[in-house]
Formats: sequence, structure tokens, C-alpha cells
Amino acid sequence: MSADNHYHLRSLGRSLSQSPPPILDGYDADLVRLGHGAKGLKGVVALVGAAEPAVAGAISAAELERRLLEIGFVEGAAVEILHEGAFGRDPIVVRVDDTRVALRRREADAVLVRLG
Amino acid sequence: MTTNLDVTESSSSPAPEASAAAESRRIALVGVPNAGKTALFNALTGARQKVANYAGVTVERKEGFTTTPDGTRISILDLPGTYSLRARSPDEAVTRDAVLGRIAGEAAPDVIVCVADATNLRVAIRLALELKQVGRPMILALNMHDIALRQGVDIDLAKLSAALGMPVIPTVATRRRGIDRLLETVEALAASAHSTSPSSWHEPTAAEVRAGHAAADRIVRTATRPPTRPDTWTGRIDNVLLHPVAGTLILLLLLFLMFQAVFAWATPVMDLISGGFDAAATWVKASFPPGMLRSLIADGIITGVGSVLVFLPQIMILFLFIILLEDLGYMARAAFLMDRLMGAAGLHGRAFIPLLSSFACAIPGIMAARVIDSRRDRLATIMVAPLMTCSARIPVYTLIIAAFIPRQTVLGGLNLQGLVMFGLYATGIVSALLVAFVMRRLLWRGQVEPFIMELPAYKKPDPKNVAVNVLLRAKVFLQRAGTIILAMMVLIWFLSSVPGAPPGATEPAIDYSFAGMLGHALAPLLAPIGFNWQMTVALIPGMAAREVAVGALATVYAVSGEGDGPLGSLLAAHWSLPTALSFLAWYIFAPQCLSTLGVVRRETNSIVWPLAMFAYMLVLAYAASFVVFNVAQALVG
Repeated sequence: MSADNHYHLRSLGRSLSQSPPPILDGYDADLVRLGHGAKGLKGVVALVGAAEPAVAGAISAAELERRLLEIGFVEGAAVEILHEGAFGRDPIVVRVDDTRVALRRREADAVLVRLG
Repeated sequence: MTTNLDVTESSSSPAPEASAAAESRRIALVGVPNAGKTALFNALTGARQKVANYAGVTVERKEGFTTTPDGTRISILDLPGTYSLRARSPDEAVTRDAVLGRIAGEAAPDVIVCVADATNLRVAIRLALELKQVGRPMILALNMHDIALRQGVDIDLAKLSAALGMPVIPTVATRRRGIDRLLETVEALAASAHSTSPSSWHEPTAAEVRAGHAAADRIVRTATRPPTRPDTWTGRIDNVLLHPVAGTLILLLLLFLMFQAVFAWATPVMDLISGGFDAAATWVKASFPPGMLRSLIADGIITGVGSVLVFLPQIMILFLFIILLEDLGYMARAAFLMDRLMGAAGLHGRAFIPLLSSFACAIPGIMAARVIDSRRDRLATIMVAPLMTCSARIPVYTLIIAAFIPRQTVLGGLNLQGLVMFGLYATGIVSALLVAFVMRRLLWRGQVEPFIMELPAYKKPDPKNVAVNVLLRAKVFLQRAGTIILAMMVLIWFLSSVPGAPPGATEPAIDYSFAGMLGHALAPLLAPIGFNWQMTVALIPGMAAREVAVGALATVYAVSGEGDGPLGSLLAAHWSLPTALSFLAWYIFAPQCLSTLGVVRRETNSIVWPLAMFAYMLVLAYAASFVVFNVAQALVG
């Protein structure tokens, strides 16, 4: 396992211990929140709409889910973190299939990615 | 929703669609952001466009016209780019209502044209499938078809059309390719009324969006084959432009260039414009007999028109940059790079362009806030833009600093005068960020808008498209903001010159005018911040523009017989240091610019926001001046 992945899993573990994602069956060690990933993370979207209610901010978790879906974050899409912001490594640029999407990590956290 | 067209906003050209003949058609352009929708709109309409506002919202209504070879008039509505017809805000509800024909006095479009980027089909096809439920005849315009061909994307148009159940027309908006076929197809569809069915559209649920993606995916897989020569340039350029260090430096360089352009390049043209209008006013004064009419023409109307036109060079240069960066595909990247910094104050990443431009002038800055899609983010940006130190404050600052701040070095080599100037700029920036932060907390507590946006592929801007868009911005400014600014300038002239001085008057004429009376009446209110009545009177014509205060002070003092000589030494003799410092503090915050308020009125399409801006800036100005005056008083003794 690369050092990068180790970082994701550690931060994922912290996040999960606070509030588990609303999925149990699909959960395994290969799942990470996109918002916790570092540059170079590659995988396939496993679940969209995994935001904790407090994360969504101005919009409800359901609204965030729909916005992510509409722009192309849909289960099965191939994703890769291409760039990180200069300050606090936030926001991030993610390749979603054939498009590139910039989003803040708090919003990206609503996307669970299966590493691969 | 009771959205009505605000008819007072429409352009001077008579509304030809009002006489809707049977053969006139209406189409609406809908598409995801970056699909080249505006380029297609420009290709369809040329410069035959008009911009209005929908009542009560900040959404622009862009409509254009074209005529087909057989003489059919077609009106084209350009709707804001969107991923779904689902309205996420009152502003976006306009797009939905326009498409569904729910806007009073406006029928549903005869044909919906869904604009898709041929190199990025899936998201667009999902939108097309959703739009199909509206039941209007539809066309898919496969835009940027040339780029898709160059990349070797193999699109089977017949299969795509069959799968979608609508005609598919490849277009290249920047070269006007496919435009005629698009119009012919519109005509054919509109003529066959049977293709219209009742709307079955409803807000798609998350599950329906997923299903839509799956369906779009199937269509894309059956009708197209992936590019054999995919665009690798965008990724390579991004590696530099989005690099945490290099990318940030390049952005700063670009911003510096833009700031220079707005600040410095515009100056010669602005000087030419104001010089021209000054000359015209002087000529009028020399050629007509003295009196109210001469004064109205020279000081009211000519000066007023001049004060509108003088903004044009800055606005056009700024929008040239903005539109170039937008068309290149860089704007979204710049927002990405700046988002964290802006986000700390609760602002959107895109807010930095309006705020930076506001250092030159708040008026183009506030207009530039259009680059921000979310209404709250845009309002917060507009509200703090006037706190950025605009160039009109510089004459005021330099006058007072030169007169009151000693020319000496402090703290080991720092020029004290320069330090004070820097302090004034810094105070403006810090207070703008603080106000934005507080506004977010008070008005929209904890409601951080999400920052999710697509980074488009880099493209070469089309010069014609850029020119059309820059000219459109100039036209919009003149038509909408220009009229309100002109009216205010005439009002200020009226207040400052009516009634005229009585025969044998000893004081300057302004002293006998309404402005003089108002100034004298307000003087007791401003006494606690150290302002004398001369200053209070000068503030009223100073509402025309901040730098006018310098001339107004000269008028109030110089002609009042209290001595001549440079204004600076005159002020130094008449004002105490605490008064001068208080005046500087006042000018950081005070809403001393009616043109700004006029533009805010137009851009927010509401009277509430300019009033709120006036109120909060006045309160801040008074509080700051009060503190500065009293602290200085206590220190100086």
C-alpha cells in the first residue's frame, strides 16, 4: 500500500469513528471519502450522497447529492484527484470520466470512492 | 411564481415580437455550462440582442432575433447554463418557468434547442432527456462538432437522433456552421404542431437523475465511439496553471496585468472623455447668456453625460479581460485557485475579480460580479465592493495627506505619507472582508454555498464572439446604469445651484442653494466627528463622485473669500489634524458615490440592496470618523 493510501485510510478511519456513513453492506477498507483523498487518488465512485447533514451547509444533504449527480458524480464513474488548491490543499480538481470538476473537500466528502 | 417582465428595462428598440405575427417563432436555448451556448446565441443573432431583467430577480433575460431566408422572424431566448431544469434558487426558477411557459405574458417556446458540447456528451444528454419531458418540440445542437471530429470522436448522428427521439444538428457556433440547418429544423418542427404534448416534467429525484445518467450512458455508448486523439493539452496546461506555486504566481501576474489595464490603460481615454466634456461645458458657458438654462446644460447635462461615459473605458477593458479569460476556460481555474482565500471571508472564489476591479472603480467591479452564479455570493460581493479603495478616492487622500501628514521617514526608512496611504488601502480591504464575513453570519448564517464547478477544456477565444460580448456589456451599462447615473448627476446639479445666490451675495453661490441649506442643517450632526459646515456642504456635491469633493471644497473655501492659494495649505490652516484624519476615515467608508448606488440598484434589480449599502456604509463611516476624531483629539490635546 502506498503512503498516499495509508493517509486516506487513516483520515477515513477518523471520519468514520465520528459518524459512520449510511452504508454498511458496501463498506470495506477500499472505500474512502473523496474529500479525504490526496492528489493522485484513483478509483470508481461507489456511492454519492454520503454527506453528514451538517456538512452540506446552505443546502440539504439531498440537494448536495443531486447537484453532485447532475455534474457527473454518479456511481460507477471513474474519478481521479488531479490537483489540490495551494492553500490548505482545498479545493480539489477531480477528473470524473471525461470531465474535470473543481469542488471543495467538504462537498467531495459526500462521494465515496472505491480505490482501484 | 408571478414573474413578470419588467418592461421598463427593455432596450430603446421597439419590441418587435409584440406584434407577434403567425409566422414568428420563439425558441429557447438551454444547455449545461461551457457548452458554447452564448457563442451559438451570438452566431444566431449577431448583434441583434437585447438584455432586460426579470422582475424581482437578478437573472438577465437575453433575447435575440434572426430572420430565416423565407422571412420568418425567430426570437431566441438565451437561458443561463444549467445541469437541470430543477430550480435551486429563485433566480434559477426563471429558467424553469421560461421553458415551461409559466411566465406571465410570455408563451412557452415553440422549440427548445438543447445545446451540447460534442466532446462531452453524457451530462448534456441527461439534460436533454429531462427537457424532453416538457413536451415541447426539441432539437439537440451538437456544438463544437469540429473539435469532436479533430479528436476523432465518432458520433453516429442518425443513431443519436433515433435514440433521443429528436433531430440532432451538428454546429460550430464560432464559424457559423450548421446555423442555417438549425433554423430550418426549427421552422419544420414549429410548423408541425402535433409534436407538442402536455408537460410531464417534474423535479427529478436523485434516483431519477441516476436513471437519467444510466440512460444517457447507454445512448452515448451506442451512438458514439470514444476519441482516438483525446485532448491532452488541457491536462498539460493545467499541470502548470493549477500548480500550487506556479499557477498562483501566473494568476497574480494576470491579475496585476488586468489591474494595470483597468487602472492605467483606461486613463488616457478617460482623460480624453472628461477633457472633451469639460471643453463642451466651457464652450456652452462662453456662448450662452448666463442663467439657469446655461448652468443646467453645462453643469448638469453635459457634465452628467460625461460622468457616465467616463466609466466606459474601464468597463470595456475589464470585460474584455473577463470575457477572454472566460472563453479561454481560465476563469473557472482562477476561481479554483482563489477559492480558499475568498472562502475565508465567506465569499466565492470568483469574487476576486469584481473585488480587484473595484480598486480601479466600484462600478465595473460591481458589474463584474455577474461572473458569480450564486445569488448570495454575488450579493455579498456587490455589497463590499465599494469598500475597496477606488481611484476616485486617491485625489482626496493625496490632498489631505499632503496637507496634514508630515513628510518624514519613520520606523527606519518608511515614508510616513506612503504609510498612511497604505493604511487607508489596507483598512478598506480588511473591512470589506470583515463586512462580507459578518453579512454571511447575520443574513445567511452558516449557509455556505457549495463550490462545485466544471473546469472546461481550454479553447481559443473567438474574436468576433468576444467583441460582441464586450459591446453588449457597454450597451447594457449605458442603457441601464447610464440613465440612472445621469438622472442623479442632474439632481446633484439642481441641489447645488438652486436657488441661485441673491444679488450682492458675499458667500459662494453653493451656500445659498439647497445643498448649502442641507449642509448647514446637517452640520450639527457631523460636528461630533469634527466636520465644520464647509465640509458638510462640500459632501453634497461630492456625492456625484468621490473626487468631486476636492473641487467642492475648493468652491466652498476659495470663493468664500477666506484666502486663495493651493487648497492644501488652505485646509491646513483651517482644519485641525483630528478633523483631517476624521475626513480620511470618512472617505474609506462613506457611500460618497451615487453612481455606485445606481449600479447596485440595476445589478440587484432591487431598491433594498442599494439602501442597505448606503445605510451600512454611512454607519461605518460615522463610527470610524467618530473614533478617529476623538482618539486623535485626546492624543493631540
